[in-house]
Amino acid sequence: MSEGVDRGKRRFLTLLTSGVGAIGVGFAATPFVLSMTPSARARAAGAPVEVDISKLEPGQMLTVEWRGKPVWIVRRTKDMLATLPALDKVVADPESKVVDQQPSYAANKTRSIKPELLVLVGICTHLGCSPSQKFQVGPASGMGDDWTGGFFCPCHGSKFDLAGRVFKGVPAPTNLPVPPHMLLSDTRILIGEDKKGAA
Amino acid sequence: MEKLLAWIDDRFPLTKVWEEHLAKYYAPKNFNFWYYFGILSTVVLVLQIVTGIFLTMHYKPDTALAFASVEYIMRDVPWGWLIRYLHSTGASFFFIVVYLHMYRAMLYGSHRKPRELVWLIGVVIFVALMAESFMGYLLPWGNMSYWGAQVIISLFDAIPYVGPVLSEWVRGDFVIADATLNRFFAFHVIAIPLVLVILVFVHIVALHKVGSNNPDGIEIKKKKDANGIPLDGIPFHPYYTVKDIVGVIVFLMVFAAVVFFAPELGGWFLEHDNFVPANILQTPPEIVPLWYFTPYYSILRANTVNFLLIDAKVWGVIFMALSIMVFFFLPWLDRSPVKSIRYRGWIYKTALAFFVVAFVILGYLGTKSPQAIDLMLFPNVYWAQIFTIVYFAFFALMPWYTKLDKTKPVPERVTK
Repeated sequence: MSEGVDRGKRRFLTLLTSGVGAIGVGFAATPFVLSMTPSARARAAGAPVEVDISKLEPGQMLTVEWRGKPVWIVRRTKDMLATLPALDKVVADPESKVVDQQPSYAANKTRSIKPELLVLVGICTHLGCSPSQKFQVGPASGMGDDWTGGFFCPCHGSKFDLAGRVFKGVPAPTNLPVPPHMLLSDTRILIGEDKKGAA
Repeated sequence: MEKLLAWIDDRFPLTKVWEEHLAKYYAPKNFNFWYYFGILSTVVLVLQIVTGIFLTMHYKPDTALAFASVEYIMRDVPWGWLIRYLHSTGASFFFIVVYLHMYRAMLYGSHRKPRELVWLIGVVIFVALMAESFMGYLLPWGNMSYWGAQVIISLFDAIPYVGPVLSEWVRGDFVIADATLNRFFAFHVIAIPLVLVILVFVHIVALHKVGSNNPDGIEIKKKKDANGIPLDGIPFHPYYTVKDIVGVIVFLMVFAAVVFFAPELGGWFLEHDNFVPANILQTPPEIVPLWYFTPYYSILRANTVNFLLIDAKVWGVIFMALSIMVFFFLPWLDRSPVKSIRYRGWIYKTALAFFVVAFVILGYLGTKSPQAIDLMLFPNVYWAQIFTIVYFAFFALMPWYTKLDKTKPVPERVTK
């Protein structure tokens, strides 16, 4: 049977057929793969959230939900703000240089628009747990004698200060993200949208 | 009856398959206790499939209904509590028997030539089993289900460039949501079980091609009688079928004791935090995977140092993946001239003991807070780092210490 067989041609045709078949499989797989991406409904559900902060006292924290994530709003006291400069040496990114972690209007010393009003996405930048608030200072916090208040992630031990800046030597690589937000008035805040438009 | 068999045999190789795989499949006559765990894994697989089918008759894969539907199974469905406890206890026992099955291979060199493929297929089964149990754990939609999945899926975020898109694709949303629950249900009840069953079949086909290893680690096929039957072999049926039935019954006694008297096993088989519905605004104080994942979880958390321009977070993911992938290389890392631990020297015995200790302690530390001091002297995270190094050293140094190790002469025929 091997008489008169053009092996080169046969190999070429086998390769060509396999190649065309592979492209076909690729096309056929596309709708299945894409069907697993977020649906139109899931995308639409990511609308901005308006929050009334008139009842938020200094030193208190409010948690709201935006895009299924906890967003924290903290009205920091003068004492709380005073702790920040002293921590510049022990936090990993004191100047908020990592651009993705906050909009440009929050890339400042307090990581906020108004100094006292901190808005953070309460998801640890390590593996997505929600850190707990540890606003007490010193031994009462259970975080050590030199603790000046902040957040602690119970999953893997990451620590953040009262501006959401990550401490050095913990598993979380970056500061807690500040979501796009704007102040509508002294008592109302919009999360998920700023003057540049929706996130 | 004989006529019927002949009729079938003309159309389907029934007698041939029966003889090749049971009545005339010759297994070494010196199998010991460790050789029960293969059949036990199969028994648990069947148990999980059967109980799983009955659970899907009442379970609802919907974030609004899932948690309540599990409680409905537990309280209102007749015997639902038993079926659910069989399934949840079965998941933990699956890992117990699979870990012991893998340990048996490391004891007697069952992964060595010519059984590399049996081992490789086995490791793929192990990985599929991990995926299966991970996805199954989201289904009750308890708070630990939710946050456990959140942590593990965000591991994909660590992959440079494609990470965030990939994790969004896996979740089908920006967070763990209804879409995620629904697709995990699909994977858990059909896609992965199908893969598992096929892989187990292939695992056994490969095993029957090369024949079983034995506690002496010698090839029984080398010594055959005049009829070509291995001198140290006995037919799998009836000898091992009967022996295995005894093992299965003892196993089921232990299994039933757990199901009836301690189905939660103090939080080890069913975690306390999972009796609370998922709350996306409230992480449990301590996110702990089920016990069979904690050694790898410990390795993930042990990476706290950035080096070579790569974040500690990414290293954690790399080392966790590596801690499982490394099993694929085991047949080639082991360079000892003998297979069984019976004829190896003190070095391999010590190394294996260290590995077992590291595995158990990493597993224990994975259930504890990294900052707490549960062992002695310094926080858990440092102990986890030490034992992570021991874990990897066992594999990384294996090509050298198995060669150095003084071995004893291997007998010609199997011993008792």
